[in-house]
Amino acid sequence: MTEFFQQLINGLSVGSMYALIAIGYTLVYGVLRFINFAHSDVFMVGAFMGMYIGRTSSKSSIGGGLMVMAGAMVICALLGILIERFAYRPLRSRSKLTVLITAIGVSLFLENAGQLIFGPNPQPFPNIFPSHTFQYDQVVLSSKDLVVLVVAIVLMGGLQFLVLKTKIGTAMRAAAFNPQAASLMGININNVISFTFGLGSALAAAGGILWAYKFPKIDPLMGVMPGLTAFVAAVLGGIGNIPGAALGGLVIGIIETFVKGSRWSTWSEAIAFVLLILILLFRPAGLLGTLQPEKV
Amino acid sequence: MLLARPRICLVAALIGSVVLGFFQGQIDPYFVDILSHIGINITLAVSLNLINGHTGQFSLGHAGFMAVGAYTAAAMTLFAGPHVLPATAGPVLPMLWFLLALLAGGLIAAAAGLLVGAPSLRLKGDYLAIVTLGFGQIIAVVFRNIESLGGALGLNGIPPYTNLFWIFTTAALTVYVVTTMVNSTYGRGFLATHDDEIAAEAMGINTTRYKIVAFVIGAFFAGVAGGLYGHFTLTINPKGFDFNRSIEIVVMVIVGGMGNTAGVIIAATLLALLPEGLRDLAGRSIPVPWSSTPLSLHWIGESRPLLYSMLLIGLMLLRPQGLFNLRRGSSKAPC
Amino acid sequence: MLEVKNLTVNYGAICALRGISLEVKQGDIVTLIGANGAGKTTTLRAISGLLRAQGGEVLYEGRNIANLPAHKIVELGLSHVPEGRMIFANLTVLENLMMGAYLQKDRRVIEQELEYVFGTFPRLKERQKQVAGTLSGGEQQMLAIGRALMSKPKFLMLDEPSLGIAPLLVKTIFEKIVEINRQQGISILLVEQNANLALEISRYGYVLETGRIILQDQSSALRQNPQVKSAYLGGV
Repeated sequence: MTEFFQQLINGLSVGSMYALIAIGYTLVYGVLRFINFAHSDVFMVGAFMGMYIGRTSSKSSIGGGLMVMAGAMVICALLGILIERFAYRPLRSRSKLTVLITAIGVSLFLENAGQLIFGPNPQPFPNIFPSHTFQYDQVVLSSKDLVVLVVAIVLMGGLQFLVLKTKIGTAMRAAAFNPQAASLMGININNVISFTFGLGSALAAAGGILWAYKFPKIDPLMGVMPGLTAFVAAVLGGIGNIPGAALGGLVIGIIETFVKGSRWSTWSEAIAFVLLILILLFRPAGLLGTLQPEKV
Repeated sequence: MLLARPRICLVAALIGSVVLGFFQGQIDPYFVDILSHIGINITLAVSLNLINGHTGQFSLGHAGFMAVGAYTAAAMTLFAGPHVLPATAGPVLPMLWFLLALLAGGLIAAAAGLLVGAPSLRLKGDYLAIVTLGFGQIIAVVFRNIESLGGALGLNGIPPYTNLFWIFTTAALTVYVVTTMVNSTYGRGFLATHDDEIAAEAMGINTTRYKIVAFVIGAFFAGVAGGLYGHFTLTINPKGFDFNRSIEIVVMVIVGGMGNTAGVIIAATLLALLPEGLRDLAGRSIPVPWSSTPLSLHWIGESRPLLYSMLLIGLMLLRPQGLFNLRRGSSKAPC
Repeated sequence: MLEVKNLTVNYGAICALRGISLEVKQGDIVTLIGANGAGKTTTLRAISGLLRAQGGEVLYEGRNIANLPAHKIVELGLSHVPEGRMIFANLTVLENLMMGAYLQKDRRVIEQELEYVFGTFPRLKERQKQVAGTLSGGEQQMLAIGRALMSKPKFLMLDEPSLGIAPLLVKTIFEKIVEINRQQGISILLVEQNANLALEISRYGYVLETGRIILQDQSSALRQNPQVKSAYLGGV
């Protein structure tokens, strides 16, 4: 039973990071209807930015950690906006496939440029938040998991507020539903899309830093697996659906953690994809999604 | 066009591959190496072109089919071969066994193609791309977990059966099959599926079947290419068939122009030569005006994936029809 | 107020508008009638910036607005209620209306407009918390018009407000259109398949056929025109 709770905490913390990344996929898919492959690499860049900013101070504090995070989030938001502006926007009227190939290109570009700039070898991530362990009975709760969970919950709550209660959030939902109608309201679709990319990329950066903080070895390819897994989480929850992405992230995080703890651990990298294929075959709309009829 | 008379091209290519195979001993091994890469690339790229180009699907898992073929063929020659072939067998029997092994590799890969093609019943575009990507990953994980196939270390000591004859015969057959199939009455269905799935469906074309056929045939040739590859490099492991390998093949198809077989052949050739060119450049340094020491270009040797990524982005933005596609004029405004 | 000169639009290789000219004066109701595919919707979409015009001018208060982005055109006080209503079915009625006032910064003005819209369409007030996708067709049309009014337009373009709506409601909606025109002084360009109704409430009309204007006159005259009668008003 202790073992079970330990794994559950672990799964929740990994899952909440998947959730943060998955929300980025879902946000962009909601507005532009395509999979932003480069999202997982923005996550990686976020971790590296966190590392560089975090190295400037030797002592760790909660405020300092949050500052590191805010800095990396701003940088990655700009990166996401730039990617959209220069790689995706010129292709807005082209086929989905063209955009998908470009996105793959951007993803590979970031990974390889990262190897050139950051170096290909794993690097230690500074301990940006103070560490402490809490013990209840046999279950150990490290401050790492606590930080990950609290930060992820706060960010997701903030996002939900932004999307549901603010003007720009409502504009995002309107543009996602019907971009032409939104532009007839005076909404500048390009600005909404830039904002969406910035928002998703900032969350990816936060996810990247939390990930690096929990698993403190980072390299330019670190985004690939979490990125793909988070994408599956977004599909599982129903792509385009924000609470769905969060739920999907948690579910996959927990499943993956339990498999890794079992004798099937060597198969863990395949789980996400097996799940993906099963979802797409049996419930393509995802857990919380509604299927939209295709326009002919 | 180059491939307007496929049968004549096929005969010419087959004669060429026999001649190449016959004189292989006289050719500099370095060139044999490059030629082998070119031939295998052509097979991979043209077979992927059937799926991604002609049929308009998007597979990111071609290396997965290649892996299935490579492992199957290698297992047959490496494990089963010594039991089947008499110890004193001449050169002919092992070659026949190799042919069988290649065919088996192709068939098992084709079965995998059927498995992957099946979800395309319900999926299209980016979702299908992700599923094929996932398939490639699953294949890698599966091979990593099969201890009898060497696990993560892979298989070593595969017999060196592959030569230029096998490679170019396969390439020629692939090109022949794909072009004649697409240009046949039956094969027009691939193009219709590509151009407008809904309209094709409304015309009574079974787009699902075309998609699956494209996957099965594409996978078959990728499997054979995998078999050839294994018996050429003599060692295979799951990492050699990862996502990057799939992307490499995708790049060939995109550079050549999706659906343009001749262009894809040129692209496959050029991209096989690219590493050599980069390696050559990496050994050099160029004089620069701002410094007395010339700028070393050694970093170029490692930059191939970076180059691929920039090629992908640049082509999509500037020339989505591919570098070697001369057709498609811009339509004039009618009023 | 709005003057369209020689507007041409094409979709790829298909010519949709072959040089259209029309005019809407301040405070006027002008209608554009014609068969399916004549180019009525295309005309409105080109004016509001949803479609690129290949040639010609759209003069709005003397300024050429052809090919300005749609969100810039709204800013000038030109609002378009598109064909098929295009309400945001995933937002509530109130959120839809608020999106209509997206460019309005002044809260008091928004409150005033909202009051006016609720006054005109009391049904929307009752349903303001409801998700817009659950409204009936007629209510959705009211919402679409109300949403357009929220931007406090000087010029309103309506595309087939009667489409897919119960006949009883159609009458109400057309009464409201006239009311909006009279009370607020908003100029209106109306596109309708129901030529009878459209010519009844408008002052001037244009008849569009395969991308060209083939007839234009006072609405009352058009209603007597034998050609219009036989083709668009249902026989004798």
